[in-house]
Amino acid sequence: MDLSLFPNAIAMTIDEFKAWSHEVVDELGRSSGIKRLVDKATAPIWSWAQRNSLHPLHFGIACCALEMAAASAPRFDAERVGVVYRSSPRQTDVLLVNGWVTKKLRPALRRLYEEIPDPKWVVAMGECAISGGPWYDSYNVVQGVDTFIPVDIYIPGCPSRPEAMIDGFLKLQEKIKVEQQGTFLDD
Amino acid sequence: MAKMWINMGPQHPMTHGLWNLRIEVDGETVTNSEPVIGYLHRGWEKMVEDRTYPQIIPMADRLCYGSSYTWSHVYCLAVEDLMELEVPERAKYIRVIADELQRIASHLMWLAAIGPDLGNLTIFLYAMRERELFMDLFQSLCGARMTYNYTRIGGVRNDTTPEWERDLVRTLDFFEKRMVEYEDLVDRNVVFRMRMEGLAPLSAADAINLGVTGPSLRGSGVDFDVRQDDPYEVYENLDWHPCVQPDCDVYARYRVRMDEMRMSVQIIRDALKKMPKGPVRVKPPRYAPEGTGMARMEDPRGESLMYVIGDGTEKPFRLKVRSPFFVTLSAAPVMVNGCKVADVPSIMGMIDVCMGETDR
Repeated sequence: MDLSLFPNAIAMTIDEFKAWSHEVVDELGRSSGIKRLVDKATAPIWSWAQRNSLHPLHFGIACCALEMAAASAPRFDAERVGVVYRSSPRQTDVLLVNGWVTKKLRPALRRLYEEIPDPKWVVAMGECAISGGPWYDSYNVVQGVDTFIPVDIYIPGCPSRPEAMIDGFLKLQEKIKVEQQGTFLDD
Repeated sequence: MAKMWINMGPQHPMTHGLWNLRIEVDGETVTNSEPVIGYLHRGWEKMVEDRTYPQIIPMADRLCYGSSYTWSHVYCLAVEDLMELEVPERAKYIRVIADELQRIASHLMWLAAIGPDLGNLTIFLYAMRERELFMDLFQSLCGARMTYNYTRIGGVRNDTTPEWERDLVRTLDFFEKRMVEYEDLVDRNVVFRMRMEGLAPLSAADAINLGVTGPSLRGSGVDFDVRQDDPYEVYENLDWHPCVQPDCDVYARYRVRMDEMRMSVQIIRDALKKMPKGPVRVKPPRYAPEGTGMARMEDPRGESLMYVIGDGTEKPFRLKVRSPFFVTLSAAPVMVNGCKVADVPSIMGMIDVCMGETDR
């Protein structure tokens, strides 16, 4: 916090003032310990809500997309662990990459990832999304989705079985539980 | 009103694969359209030139994941044509049974996909429920749910067991009863019928000129089926006939696929009755001779073809794939132009999209 600017606050433009006042409030919360207290109190509630309503993006790429569909079908029923597919990236919090990523798809996938609001997680399903898989020597396949977006959970298999996918989402729930993000998500 | 272009894809609930349908709309009416493909191109035909002949079988499985068995089958047929191998009689029958099982599973996946498109989630749940039964059959036959790696050059990997045949007959009996449920849910539903009947007419002349094959062509009243017109394996010994509907609309394409599922059940029953005992596999040579091999067969989506050139080594010199959906997609503008935007998902869902084989 740059308190030396305090006497000049009245001479700032409106954008400068917004940024500066946000910083002052943030710094006050941090230095007085209020922020940590609020985070500690709200984190279990937030993490409980986040991990039990994981909404992945409805985005089928290749083979694993059929297993993704089978996982939400009656026999496996991924909805019982809170996995419900949404078609708009604005309504989702998990990007489920289920197939090989080609050079033509890469910018679109990166943009989909950016469109998902925070907090967000990425699950790489199947060998192709993890490391290129059977297309290891292809000229057009990106060798692993983690080369351009951060991945939280890897689900192996070619294609992964629906049980494996549900297990991967249970692992993601554990990860969210351990991370314990509070109300102030930025730290 | 000014015209404008809309991208339906690559991330869109309509696509059922990974492609982009660009449509030009004038208000609600589609005036022009253009499919954009290539999002799944991985250089399949070039990659397999660096694999030995048996190594290509699992790659062919991953060519079209909706019906992976038929693609490894057509690959093995082409290589057997190149190597001039004679496949044992029992293996041919097992291949036909697996083919038809795959056709049912693929059509069920299609039925599950169009259900949510037309606003009916129940049909998704019903179709996926029965698809699991066929996945179970494949799993006990060859160990995998989706990518089977079951055919071999010169036969199939393993013989069937009596328990498997018993399970197969039981599943088919059960499935035929469940088919009535789908028809009750779709054919007797006025809303469904209104959204399908008379929509997207594709005349027989247009379909033939655009190279459309498979159920979409038979839905236009053309009696063409590779199983009948160029029989492979043992189809000429079996009691069956192609399913044709004369109406040329979306509902006719739907009816063809539903009838084909019934016909597949009949083919499997007949094949089980006529299946002889004997070996299921012969040993292929390691090195293919110089020359060419070609095989075509009736995929769930149309006519698939593979053309392989051998140069005397253990790897193919060139392998050309004729993908049915790549050709069928060229009929998309003809079908979509002139209809309303809300009808686009039902038209495109009804031609059974599979992009893995299209982009290769």
